[in-house]
Amino acid sequence: MAFDYDKYLRPGKLPHIWCPGCGHGIVMKGMIRAIDTLGLKKENTAIVSGIGCASRLPGYMDCCTLHTAHGRAAAFATGVKMARPEMTVLLVGGDGDGTAIGGNHFIHACRRNIDMTYIIMNNNIYGMTGGQFSPCTPTGAKASTTPYGNPDPAFDVAKLAIGAGATFVARGTAYHANQIDKLITEAIQHKGFSVVEILDDCPTTYGRRNKFKSVIEMMNRLKDIAVPVKAAEKMTPEQLQGKVLTGILYKEDKPEYCEQYAKVIERAQGGAK
Amino acid sequence: MAKKVAFLQGNEAAAHGALYAGCRFFAGYPITPSTEVAEVLSNELPKVGGKFIQMEDEIAAMAAVIGGALGGAKTLTATSGPGLSLKQELIGYACIAEIPCVIYNVMRGGPSTGMPTGPSQSDIMCARWGTHGDHATIALLPASVQECFEMTVQAFNLAEKYRLPVFVMPDEIVGHMRERIEFPEPGEMEVLDRIKPTVPPEQYKPYDTQFGDVPPLASFGSGYKFHVTGLNKLPDGFPTTKADYVQAEEERQIRKVMADVDNIVDFEEYLLDDAEIVVVAFGSTSRSARFAVNEARKQGIKVGMFRIKTVWPFPDKQIKALAGKVKAFITPEMNLGMCTIEVERCAEGKAPVLGIFRVDGEPINPGQILDKMKEVK
Ligand SMILES: Cc1ncc(C[n+]2csc(CCOP(=O)(O)OP(=O)(O)O)c2C)c(N)n1
Ligand code: SF4
Ligand SMILES: [Mg+2]
Repeated sequence: MAFDYDKYLRPGKLPHIWCPGCGHGIVMKGMIRAIDTLGLKKENTAIVSGIGCASRLPGYMDCCTLHTAHGRAAAFATGVKMARPEMTVLLVGGDGDGTAIGGNHFIHACRRNIDMTYIIMNNNIYGMTGGQFSPCTPTGAKASTTPYGNPDPAFDVAKLAIGAGATFVARGTAYHANQIDKLITEAIQHKGFSVVEILDDCPTTYGRRNKFKSVIEMMNRLKDIAVPVKAAEKMTPEQLQGKVLTGILYKEDKPEYCEQYAKVIERAQGGAK
Repeated sequence: MAKKVAFLQGNEAAAHGALYAGCRFFAGYPITPSTEVAEVLSNELPKVGGKFIQMEDEIAAMAAVIGGALGGAKTLTATSGPGLSLKQELIGYACIAEIPCVIYNVMRGGPSTGMPTGPSQSDIMCARWGTHGDHATIALLPASVQECFEMTVQAFNLAEKYRLPVFVMPDEIVGHMRERIEFPEPGEMEVLDRIKPTVPPEQYKPYDTQFGDVPPLASFGSGYKFHVTGLNKLPDGFPTTKADYVQAEEERQIRKVMADVDNIVDFEEYLLDDAEIVVVAFGSTSRSARFAVNEARKQGIKVGMFRIKTVWPFPDKQIKALAGKVKAFITPEMNLGMCTIEVERCAEGKAPVLGIFRVDGEPINPGQILDKMKEVK
């Protein structure tokens, strides 16, 4: 039987705003399958986003949804989680939202290791505002504000997350749709701050400026550059040139923030020292 | 029974006021002269099962406070000028999404880093208009340590009652001075909680005006699923660009406060009955003004003080009524005339408004106010 996505979507809120060929919808479907796999209760699941095309995702989801301001999802979500530690808190957003204006909140959420899952949809561009370059736009690429090619180097989101202290970091792509739900499922199960970067595409503002003739071409690129971590172990540095690793890139057990704060409460109340 | 008394600083008293009001979540970022609030609450909140978090900046603190409020907690942040500037985008978010929370802002000089951390009263307009767009504002100005406690309780009540962010804004002198304070007994001061929905979750709409201009607010994690956004939205919380609807919603969000202005605006009238000159003052400046009024009375000058306790909404009605009766207003303030503009607006040309402005980090002293009284013809 076909998977019933409608069970998790808000009645009457479709069609979505995303362009044909946009990868964000693929990520949403993966997230829904993960929620279903884990049997999460919708009323006990908060989905928090910033601003951007990717950040419109919560509006379609039949959960407790919070569409905040540009870049601020992690900080809002920290408040929600502190007030309601029993809720499952998911963050979603774009590369610009998360690594430019929201970069500070992102690294500090990683550092605290607060139990939330951050799904970052990296299409290498500010889609919503018409294709200006983001901190994830490759050097040399064209954006509406890099008419001569992008002089900036790009962030590696996964390395950034690991460096900042996230205890679960994974990467997938919009092409590898069947892997997305598995990565998100594991990320949610992980206790601590988990980051799932999904490389996706913005045909409308990135593809057409960067000589991709079609969405299929963009998707094929994602297919070609992705190398599962296991496979990469057997490859030479030359073979790995221009590739990106996919799968679970990092996992570590470290004290989780809400649990740490529960201990603060215990100490303040004269309990365990 | 004897009251519990203490010798406290304004900021410390505010922290205790927050606890009294039922605040159980604080998010902040250190900045003088507000930091004592964070320090006291980091100590006290966990004792009552509440939570304290020091965020990475003031924007994050404001965000966390809104998130915590949606989780059902009464939430507070504390800051000062530069931090207040940073919070502005999200203060607007709390306005449009109608999320109750309290911002305790201790006024130091500005713009920018200014003169850390001399006293000032120059955040009056920043609280009112700092965030972009039209919105209602409620801001309270304590003048004593006791009022730092009481107005913080009151601010939580107003935030909960009207579903919006409420400011408490002592100047640095009030925030840092030490005085005797009497703690109200539990139950002695009114403590209000937000109106929760009575409809079942399937029928709940977070902006449902069938329950009046202040719709009930559910909490995340309480069985209700709903959407919250900073976009203009329909009663169900989902974005809309329908012109009529957006206009009506914006107007409702202002009306929910302004229609109840008489219940919100608080002030003190001191020796006004026969006053020919009225000093309009607030915060620590009102303490100099009271001294000056007492001195002037000894000299036979018919003068009184109108003390602003709620600066937003501004006490329009009261100042307008006085304007028809008095020879002049005197407006001492530690800025270059922010409240004076409002007094002039309300005076409608019926009485001159003589300002005394200081932004040099020194308080306005009674002598300056007395001198100004003598200029009135
Ligand atoms: C404070 C603020 N600055 C700028 C904007 C304008 N803005 C809206 S979305 C966006 C970029 C979104 O890019 P990304 O997060 O990568 O999401 P995408 O649209 O690509 O999915 C920008 C710059 C804003 N809404 N708020
Ligand atoms: S502009 Fe780009 S990111 Fe936005 S919906 Fe269209 S394809 Fe997706
Ligand atoms: Mg993007």
